[in-house]
Amino acid sequence: MIGRTMRTLTGGLNRIGAIAHKELLQLLRDRLTLAMMVGIPALQLVLFGYAIDVDVRNVPTAVLDRSQSAESRKLLGELQATQTFDLVREAVDEHDANRLLEASRVGAVIVIPPDFAREFYRGRGAIVSILADASDPTVSRAIALSAQGFAQSMSTRMTSFSDAPGDQRRPGPDQDMVRPEPIRIEVLPLYNPERRTAVFVVPGLVGVILTMTMMLFTALAVVRERERGTFEFLIATPVRRGEVMLGKIVPYLAVGFMQVGIVLTLGVLLFDVPIHGSLWQLAVGALPFLAAMLSMGLFVSAVSRSQLQATQLSFFFFLPSMLLSGFMFPFDAMPIAAQWIGECLPLTHFLRIVRGIVLKGATLSTLGMELAAIGAFFTVAFVLASLTFRKRLG
Amino acid sequence: MRADADRVVETRGLTRRFGSLVAVNEVDLDVRRGEIFGCLGPNGSGKSTLMRMLLGLLAPSAGHARVLGLEMPGQAEQLRHRVGYMPQRFSLYEDLTVSENLGFAGRVFGLTRRHRREMTHAVIERHGLERYAHTRAEALSGGWKQRLALAVATIHEPELLVLDEPTAGVDPQSRREFWEHLFELTAEDTTIFVSTHYMDEAVRCHRLGLFRDGRRVALGSPQELVRELAGRVVDVWVDEPERAIAAMGSSPLVASITQLGDVVHVLLAADAPDAQEAEAALTTRLSEAGLSGARATPAAANLEDVFVSLLIEDDSRVSP
Repeated sequence: MIGRTMRTLTGGLNRIGAIAHKELLQLLRDRLTLAMMVGIPALQLVLFGYAIDVDVRNVPTAVLDRSQSAESRKLLGELQATQTFDLVREAVDEHDANRLLEASRVGAVIVIPPDFAREFYRGRGAIVSILADASDPTVSRAIALSAQGFAQSMSTRMTSFSDAPGDQRRPGPDQDMVRPEPIRIEVLPLYNPERRTAVFVVPGLVGVILTMTMMLFTALAVVRERERGTFEFLIATPVRRGEVMLGKIVPYLAVGFMQVGIVLTLGVLLFDVPIHGSLWQLAVGALPFLAAMLSMGLFVSAVSRSQLQATQLSFFFFLPSMLLSGFMFPFDAMPIAAQWIGECLPLTHFLRIVRGIVLKGATLSTLGMELAAIGAFFTVAFVLASLTFRKRLG
Repeated sequence: MRADADRVVETRGLTRRFGSLVAVNEVDLDVRRGEIFGCLGPNGSGKSTLMRMLLGLLAPSAGHARVLGLEMPGQAEQLRHRVGYMPQRFSLYEDLTVSENLGFAGRVFGLTRRHRREMTHAVIERHGLERYAHTRAEALSGGWKQRLALAVATIHEPELLVLDEPTAGVDPQSRREFWEHLFELTAEDTTIFVSTHYMDEAVRCHRLGLFRDGRRVALGSPQELVRELAGRVVDVWVDEPERAIAAMGSSPLVASITQLGDVVHVLLAADAPDAQEAEAALTTRLSEAGLSGARATPAAANLEDVFVSLLIEDDSRVSP
């Protein structure tokens, strides 16, 4: 009895090994897929790291300088030097300024009043307004922040050489310098003192890339066998259903770890992302997530008839993962219903694991809940895949 | 059903529907150990569907199939080690080499490492695949792909081989060699269940089943099937075959006409008088059409005649 069980077991392992080995050989020969495995992480990293840099710079800005004084020109020079503003044109009047903003020719207009120089030297607080295009909240927030910081540094510097420090009620030109009001002060991310977006984005990107590629790779690996007709040969062999599934999962686990490595290495090299936690912990934490996404891919393959359908279905899952996991938008700022959906997505939990380990130096022992959630998702996905994966035709 | 060790395939009332289409319709079959059983029929006559049911890849809508004593599809997993299958479409991995494909098959069929090496070597040698051992399957021509497919299907020395149109689109020389391999296999007591479009291959089967619209319309050895058409075939030698065909085509005596070079091969209708009488009627008809000197003689039927007669008569039977 035991002998027979052992024989079945070794036979099964041997068949899983056969499929995994075959899958790897095919993988190494499929240049396109191979390029995708390396290319997707690298491309995404560069895109998210550079292009989607939330640190706003060089906002095209118009100037309405009614003062036309040496002081106003000095102020504009300093504003330009912050690199937040790129002074591209002069506005003729208020009307013109509004028109420029409406037409999105500029993202901001700096308005300097006619009495700027006089008010400044009187020390009553010269009012400089910045009209910001708030349709992109990120940009307007960045302008507000930059202007506030600038006003503070200017007021201390300029008052120091002004000859009339005088009126204590309005100590400097800082308070009303910036509009629109109120200025919201953003909380500095504790683990990213320089407030660089890349540091926050790169670890999250590990999860996003794995979600996107892992599911697609297994889904395509099975659907391709069906499309090319090799599935009919495979199911006529003694290979069992579970063995096909495991044989398809195992090689892609290796691919997944490779991708984690690529993203983190590039993150460190290109963006100086600090890795505070242990890579071993990260690898262990990534394993259930990889298995969950690969199982999801098997489920997708079982219910789709063509590679196109499999791709579309994968995207159907990928989009909410990307939007509701806390990768794109701060999780706590999302509506409560969106948070509930987010909690059901494995990426949400993996983001907490990978950000925790990489950025905060957390250990898996404090991330038990997240691991459990991913484990639960894996179980559901694997059971679903097992129920739908057929070893028969038609 | 009685257990008969010599009965490799046994089906009773085997039926498969796809929606309103009846792909296989109440088929009864018995295939004996060590024979080559051929399935002959036009495209869409249900041959592939039948094979898939025999392999347990497709569940029947009704009826029974017992293969090597195992109930299909219930005991399909037990059958796997004992059958080899060559689907109609080339279904090996194009991006793997010949020896990698063989190695993969050997492994999934559970051959030990040593046995696998021996068998890989043996089938490569048997099919002359030595110089392509490290060539990817995608680079092989049709004939070589088919040899590889047969090599893979036999690597675990199955008792039953199911081959779905294995020689479609392959050159005559390769087809001939392929059949030589099949006979070698039957000499080793392998049973072969094969479908084909080629009459020259059908003739070589021990027994044949003729299929049409999912039904098995005839069963027997090629000789038996041909014998049933005794007295129904006439060969006509005439100077202008085209005109002769036009003249005879309208005769109620004639079921079908084929031109074979200078000879016009005529299959007589089922209700026609026998060949002796028909000859006279046909020569009279030809001379009336201005074709004198035509010579008609009774001829031997071939499998194509059997096939055509079954298709035509089937038509007249089912059409209202």
